[in-house]
Amino acid sequence: MSNTDDDEPARGWQHDVYDVLRAHDVSQFSYVPDAGHALLIDLSIADPDVHSIALTTEEEGVALAAGANLGDARAVLMMQSSGVGNCINFLSLMKGGKFPLLTIISMRGEFGEGNPWQMPMGQAVRPVLEAMGVICMDVTTPDEAVPTVEAAATMAYKAGNSVAVILTQKLLGAKVF
Amino acid sequence: MAKQHKELPEPIFKMDRCKAVPALIGNHEDFLIVSGLAGTSKDMASLTGDAANLYTMAGAMGAATAMGLGLALAQPDKRVLVITGDGELLMNVGTLATISVLNPANLSIVCVDNGYYGETGYQKSHTSRGVHLEQMAIGAGIKMTSTIESEDQLEDGKRMLRETNGTSFVLLRVSQERPPAVKRLMEPAAARTRFRTALLGHS
Repeated sequence: MSNTDDDEPARGWQHDVYDVLRAHDVSQFSYVPDAGHALLIDLSIADPDVHSIALTTEEEGVALAAGANLGDARAVLMMQSSGVGNCINFLSLMKGGKFPLLTIISMRGEFGEGNPWQMPMGQAVRPVLEAMGVICMDVTTPDEAVPTVEAAATMAYKAGNSVAVILTQKLLGAKVF
Repeated sequence: MAKQHKELPEPIFKMDRCKAVPALIGNHEDFLIVSGLAGTSKDMASLTGDAANLYTMAGAMGAATAMGLGLALAQPDKRVLVITGDGELLMNVGTLATISVLNPANLSIVCVDNGYYGETGYQKSHTSRGVHLEQMAIGAGIKMTSTIESEDQLEDGKRMLRETNGTSFVLLRVSQERPPAVKRLMEPAAARTRFRTALLGHS
């Protein structure tokens, strides 16, 4: 398509990621509110065909995904890097039970971070997830977002893995204070 | 006594869970069931003969309630029962808030409250020291709640678990009698396959 219709709002990569998730029949979108995921969260709230589930803490989203799988539905957990730390013990359920998990993580505490509180957990995201058997894949440019989420969804829902797509601060930009 | 350690007169509850839980649940085949570690999983494995409509937990403490939510949203035409203890529910009591804003009509939650962490040696839980979990469920916004402390209330509770107006929460206060000693499937992946195969016809 050409740029003939100037009235159409620009479709960002987040819209394309949402479409990939829906194409994989994801029907449960869970999250703790987060600036990095704001558009994906809003798309799920606006979609009459899905459940948009606001969590009080991120580990609920891990257990929710296991329950969804018992009932043959697919869930995605959207969280900030700090929420990863809240999930660790519940990942026992996914690893032990061979439940699929797809999570999309918006990073803080890495490239260009200015808030020292974000650094410890941000730096620990990949090692702690990998220690619990979660496969981690980085997205550093907008072009990588769709193929990475597509690959992760296939590895989670078809091959039964726990997979994390890590939206890096190179992609999202560091928060300016 | 440690600083600010509060000891209240111990609440006395008379019902034996081995009788009260089966009376409250009734026909287990009315539900898909997720049970929390460890006492309630023994209660339910005993009641159902460790049936395929039951997923019992022996770890991931605090996960049972959110797991039941995912199952209830996935299977809106089936009734889903989460049954868990006071210790496990306290670990993620915020899940009651997550559930109440969605208010799935096919989800019921039972908390079997004996006031103790039975699995780790019967240390007192917060509910023996002034915390009331039905009040927390009400505060979370769950509209249909009750506390059951005697046999004559069990029939009403049994009905509430089958209500279709929204999520219900039943607090069942029991004595310190141990749950039934029963063997159950302890391998979480095998339990997942068993549950899915029975429900879906495939793993």
